[in-house]
Amino acid sequence: MENVIEYLPLLMKGTGVTIAMAVLALALATAMGTLGAWGRLTGGPVVRTVVLGYTSLVRGVPDLVMLLLFFFGGQRLINLFTNSMGLERIDVSPFVSGVITIGFIYGAYLTETFRGAYLTVDTGQREAAYALGMKRFQTLRLVSLPQIIRFALPGYTNVWMVLAKSTAVVSVIGLSDLVGIASDAGRSTREPFWFYLAAFFIYLAITFVSERILDLVERRYERGFANAR
Amino acid sequence: MIWLSVDTSGALPMRVDLVWENIDLFVEGVWLTVQLTGLALIIGFCIALPFGIARARNVRYLSPAIRTYVYAFRGTPLLIQLFLIYYGLGQFEAVRDSIFWAYLRSPWWCALLAFSLNSGAYATEIIRGAVATTPKGQIEAAMALGLRKWQVYALVVIPSALRRALPQYGNEVVFMLHGSSIASIITIQDILGAGRTLNARYYLAYEGFLTAAILYMAITLACVLAFRGLERHYLRHLAPR
Repeated sequence: MENVIEYLPLLMKGTGVTIAMAVLALALATAMGTLGAWGRLTGGPVVRTVVLGYTSLVRGVPDLVMLLLFFFGGQRLINLFTNSMGLERIDVSPFVSGVITIGFIYGAYLTETFRGAYLTVDTGQREAAYALGMKRFQTLRLVSLPQIIRFALPGYTNVWMVLAKSTAVVSVIGLSDLVGIASDAGRSTREPFWFYLAAFFIYLAITFVSERILDLVERRYERGFANAR
Repeated sequence: MIWLSVDTSGALPMRVDLVWENIDLFVEGVWLTVQLTGLALIIGFCIALPFGIARARNVRYLSPAIRTYVYAFRGTPLLIQLFLIYYGLGQFEAVRDSIFWAYLRSPWWCALLAFSLNSGAYATEIIRGAVATTPKGQIEAAMALGLRKWQVYALVVIPSALRRALPQYGNEVVFMLHGSSIASIITIQDILGAGRTLNARYYLAYEGFLTAAILYMAITLACVLAFRGLERHYLRHLAPR
């Protein structure tokens, strides 16, 4: 058990990698979700079909399968490309693969979240803004967006919680994240239980802190509504 | 780093022939995935039904304990739970000397244990929500008919709650199916395990994973359709007319 304390700095470093990966993946997922929702709402039939294909494809495949497909299959594709162009070999790192895969997966979930939130905002409000002479972008920024954020927040919170936990599988392709470090340390000290237990509690702490923070954010966007707490 | 020598065939098109030659690998993989997921869901449900009701009724001492269990298993990755059981428990001599060691050293039993506990936690939360939101009128009507307390639960509250829990439970089934793919990490030959074996056997980059992805997608679709059918049947009274 003393070993865990000795390895604590290393575990914290792993936690940093896990959090960094989760935050970057969330940023990518937010971008993909925005793009996807925009495509579903305003795109032509082709764009809509592509987005629909993306969201249904992603929701049918486990994250680990997707990750391995990106990491090994993606490396093969890049090799083919660099080979044929006569370029130098580019190695895909586990970290980048993890961010791209997880961002890609949860972007599909956020597409649905954002689309639903946009549709919840009453059309009359946009029409009223246009009638007042506001431009499209102004309307989006001042009228629609604050409400979209409010409606999307519970779903967004949920996606973040699931996303943060799903980063654990990236250790399988050799990333020294929290799980990777705990595995290595557990093996070399022959005390895997204590190290996995430490990782267990660190994840629990991440969940707990996220809940608290997102609760505050939700409260802020609930200001001025009858059911505000 | 020098070029990888495996690329020579320029193998962008999929080697379907190799997948087909090893189809038995995938058939067994599908069976293992379905078996593991199905058993975990059944055991999880058996945990969740009493726990969910106890939580909804706020039973003293029991309810906070269940809450802690649910929070711990929903707040951490399934992968950590699996590793804790499979790699972690063997650290203790007491465990290795106990009669459970025959099971706890087997990847299959460890996966089943981890998945069941995880599914139990998620399902507890679903059932708690469904029981807690039972319309008051239903319970009052049942009591007015002279049903005893346990009868109210057995005949009214539980059937009604389970119906309303159906859509969310469908999500949990898909979640568990996808989550079960991590069993391949501890050497279980489930669908993904079959894909990894195929890739390793022929030095392939993606054929095995792609086949696995397609199989998972097919099973997911089957589950979604099955639950849609169940919902149409059991939630008919809630459908828009």
